[in-house]
Amino acid sequence: MRDGLAIRLRGVVKRYGPITAVNGLDLDVPEGTCVGLLGPNGAGKSTTMRLLTAQAIADEGELEVLGFRLPEESKAARAECGVAPQLDNLDVTLTVEQNLLVFTHLYRIGRSERRAAIDAALAMANLADRRDSRVDKLSGGMRRRLLIARALVHRPRLVLLDEPTVGLDPQVRQELWALIDALRAEGTTILMSTHYIEEAERLADTVLIMSHGECVAAGRPAELIARHAGRTAVEVYGSPSQLAEAEAKARAEGFLTRRTGTSIAVLGVDGADGRAPKGERRPANLEDVFVLLTGEEID
Amino acid sequence: MATRAATKIRIGRLERPALTGVLVREVVNFSSYWRSATFSSTVEPTIYLLAFGFGFGSLVSTIGGYDYVEFVGTGTVATAVLFSSAFPAMFGTFVKYNFQRTYDAILAAPVDTEELVTAEALWIATRAGVYGCVPLIVAMVFGLPPAWGMLTVPFIGFLAGYGWASFGIMVAGFAKSIENFSYVISAVLTPLFLVAGTFFPIDTLPQWAQVLAQFNPLYHCVQLVRDAAFGFQGWVDLYHVAVLVFFGLLMWRLAIYAMERKLVN
Repeated sequence: MRDGLAIRLRGVVKRYGPITAVNGLDLDVPEGTCVGLLGPNGAGKSTTMRLLTAQAIADEGELEVLGFRLPEESKAARAECGVAPQLDNLDVTLTVEQNLLVFTHLYRIGRSERRAAIDAALAMANLADRRDSRVDKLSGGMRRRLLIARALVHRPRLVLLDEPTVGLDPQVRQELWALIDALRAEGTTILMSTHYIEEAERLADTVLIMSHGECVAAGRPAELIARHAGRTAVEVYGSPSQLAEAEAKARAEGFLTRRTGTSIAVLGVDGADGRAPKGERRPANLEDVFVLLTGEEID
Repeated sequence: MATRAATKIRIGRLERPALTGVLVREVVNFSSYWRSATFSSTVEPTIYLLAFGFGFGSLVSTIGGYDYVEFVGTGTVATAVLFSSAFPAMFGTFVKYNFQRTYDAILAAPVDTEELVTAEALWIATRAGVYGCVPLIVAMVFGLPPAWGMLTVPFIGFLAGYGWASFGIMVAGFAKSIENFSYVISAVLTPLFLVAGTFFPIDTLPQWAQVLAQFNPLYHCVQLVRDAAFGFQGWVDLYHVAVLVFFGLLMWRLAIYAMERKLVN
């Protein structure tokens, strides 16, 4: 594996007809870290995930996963990867245990180790007492935990999580975060795509922000915030016309602004005592960076 | 975590562990739906057997020297094979690809499309080999004399079933929507099903239809089963086997091509 990188992409391009889904992407995932792939819908996150399992074949660029060249050696890479897809594809008429059993076979775990592998995955996902439940009797959160447990059954070195908490309640989401954090603590390398900023902020060592198939920023969340949004932001509230006015005024003063829906956030007001507009002060966050870099409107 | 890092896998084609993995998934799933699958794969051909056997049987007593029930009883084996291979392959593949997204999960594991398609076809062919025996057993109840040759019927059903299963997977691979299946069922399967010598012998048909029947794999399946029940005919049966092997190989490769286009893009 080159330079201790579990994933190494260089200049990767993927086109679907006239649409360029991934446009010259470089991506590094150092072994033992958790990298968050952040971007709005349609930014190319899912395509990137599919490229990593050779379910999509790149038109240009170099791809290496766990030291294996893709797509030629993808099968060897896949043997050591675990994938939890965005769309639930569990076998719903089977039990929790049967779902895991099938994957111990697909991932070629020897007969003598299967039982222990299933037990460990169930324990990790906190599903040991649901082992005999049919999947269609499980709650949404349990199904998602099972989807992750299924990806862990062969103790992969690299785990790919595609939007692991999309569409879940906050309570369920934090359960999954705890699971992902435990995995990270064990030293498993994780690449996680998400469009939830809080998720990336909490779990990822580094994040890569994608927009229109390109990387627009990469680094530690704190660094990205400091570099792109400054330390402090002011939120200005008011009627739509007042907001428009505040936005124009702040921009004229040379501040970066972004809309939050209910307010205008004026960014980088740290050193600008007199010129800063009045409003609620708060620390700048990754969401500020995200909206600044990926645009205020989704097209 | 590092314990499994040492187990490097060979990059090969059609690896047995990959085929086994896909087959295990099918077998485990079968435990949850075997009743409905068995019902539809056995009851339908049995109804054909009874309806034609007794309906026509009252008008025609013998065909080509056989009792009509014996003629239809052996013929509907091919029907059972077709119904339990082409249809589950078409619908099952489409559902697993489109709605359940099962193939996404399988192809993220160390399994290639070629292995996936091969294992699915093997599994459906095995079922077809078993279900194909049902009409024969029913016909025996109505007087078909047992013969040693009949022990080859599951293998004939497997061979023909492999081709039809691959055909179904190919159709699902090329189909844009599940509605497109109607074209294949009406324009391909129904004519092949009727002009296979199942319910009436094809030598009463016009010359051109007899020539076309030679290209119908179902016809060769019917002939083989009949010869298994009433006595093999040497080279002629080898010719039937050869056609079915060719059909199976051709459909297998086409199914892989179609599914690769669909699954890897």
